[in-house]
Amino acid sequence: MSEFALLIDFGSTYTKLRAINLDEAKILGSSQGPSTVTSDINIGMEQALNSLKNSLGSLPPFKYRLASSSAAGGLKMITIGLVKELTVEAAKRAALGAGAKLVGIFANRLNSVDLKQIVDLNPDIILLAGGTDGGDSQVVIHNAKKLGESSLDCPFIYAGNRSAVDEVSHAFAHKNLVITENVMPEFNVLNIEPARAAIRDIFINRIIHAKGIDKAKGQFDHLLMPTPSAVMEGARLIADGYNDSTGLGELLVIDPGGATTDVHSIATGNPSVQGVIQRGLPETRVKRTVEGDLGMRHNAVTILETVGVDELVSLSNIHGEKIIEMITYLSNNPDSVPQGPEEIALDSALASTALKIAMKRHCGSIEVVYTATGPVTAQDGKDLTQIKTLIGTGGVIAHSKDPMTLLQCTLSSSDEPNSLRPTSPQILIDRDYILFACGLLSQVDPKAAFNLAIEHLTNGK
Amino acid sequence: MSQKTIITGVIGSDTHIVGNRIISMALEKAGYKVISLGALTPAEDFVKAAIETKADAILVSSLYGQGELDCRGFRSLCTEAGLDGILLYVGGNLVVGKHSWDEVNAIFLDMGFDRAARPGTRLEDILSWLEQDLGKQ
Repeated sequence: MSEFALLIDFGSTYTKLRAINLDEAKILGSSQGPSTVTSDINIGMEQALNSLKNSLGSLPPFKYRLASSSAAGGLKMITIGLVKELTVEAAKRAALGAGAKLVGIFANRLNSVDLKQIVDLNPDIILLAGGTDGGDSQVVIHNAKKLGESSLDCPFIYAGNRSAVDEVSHAFAHKNLVITENVMPEFNVLNIEPARAAIRDIFINRIIHAKGIDKAKGQFDHLLMPTPSAVMEGARLIADGYNDSTGLGELLVIDPGGATTDVHSIATGNPSVQGVIQRGLPETRVKRTVEGDLGMRHNAVTILETVGVDELVSLSNIHGEKIIEMITYLSNNPDSVPQGPEEIALDSALASTALKIAMKRHCGSIEVVYTATGPVTAQDGKDLTQIKTLIGTGGVIAHSKDPMTLLQCTLSSSDEPNSLRPTSPQILIDRDYILFACGLLSQVDPKAAFNLAIEHLTNGK
Repeated sequence: MSQKTIITGVIGSDTHIVGNRIISMALEKAGYKVISLGALTPAEDFVKAAIETKADAILVSSLYGQGELDCRGFRSLCTEAGLDGILLYVGGNLVVGKHSWDEVNAIFLDMGFDRAARPGTRLEDILSWLEQDLGKQ
């Protein structure tokens, strides 16, 4: 008798279900219902379950029922640090790495305008950093006092200068505060794992309740993480493999959505050429970036503004005025699905543009610096030119008629020789949106999760 | 007394790292906490590092003759970033051409550096300068 798992994603638009046969590492069935978290999350869940039951005849007994969530606006976070390129960046990476949706990033001393903005953004969690251990404490204490006196009632995480912990605790005496290790204990040393763990803990223990997701708790055993984290865990498993099963090695996952485009890399990003000097903050092997201005619907106008209408004209063969009209319609009707040939052409032009820019921002770049002793090549960010595998996931990719061409747009090109984008990876398509399910499953049965991912991605072409 | 923090680095498009390493090692041995930024460091990076680490002093090296250009405005950059009164030293082959050391020294002190070290300055001298200047703060 085989064993089965049910993986659930409470998304912002849909509640998605994947039923997995663990022994065969195969998808038994998939279904979806609407996202009903604003009224009662159980309605959408019941619809999805019924639809799954109808397609399978009956539901098998599930050994595991695990869920991820990006419902009710996802995990909305604000991060605060001191210097933009240092603790501000470190705090931002911790939040993104935990699967959060960053709604605000602040540097240096918070003033009353910042504070009002933070209150208006109504975040789920605020992460406060600033100062290396033994470094600056004045700014972080100032910020703690301001936040402590505010009307904010969300949980706070302190991951700043250790020397300021007493004053910061005092400032947050009447708030919910978790103290964890500094995101930058020494100058230019990243330590984001403890902050990530703290974010995830708060997500599981408090946010799920605050967002009403735990109303459906009879339908699942554990809600483990925000959806982007599940995708990241899936990517990590595919790269690293499990015990005797060798993974695919260093890889990239790109996930375009209606409002944002996510890119995950599981790769050190060290220079592929000898003698290159790395600049800036060190890179973490597992890295997630989110382009909040690149979405296929809500941000279609931004894509147009970023690349200009001519670029979209040449990609879609639609004339300029028509494109502007169509994009205006799309941003006002984010749920619309492309119908005619023109709409499909524009959609793929928007998608390839968003994917290309998101990839360019995720990957590093090189610059030749001329010194008295000759030219030196300096690298900022990750060198991902030698990456072996690129995985495309998300609705845009899954619904595209030609996802290969879309993803090929993201590769390195001769007109931008300084961009360190992948040159010739194998491209895999996540047609049935299985990555989140593998990420969830990896927490309880990594072997089945790995086999499922490999089976699905490499045979699903 | 708590441990003092010192930032070191080679400013501008200058790759001459050896002297800077020797100074950093000597400072560490003398009990300072050293944040060593290495070669090819823009002026802004010295300042950013000093803010996060609440540094007590910045030691700027320049050996390729462009020091006067690279270091112009360094003190203002610090003041702008809230690092009022931070101790600033500069040292190396600071300018090319025939200038007396007194002239060079005057140029850099005028720029707001607290001390300038001529080529061949001994490590012991730098350490005793630091002891004297940081003791005053």
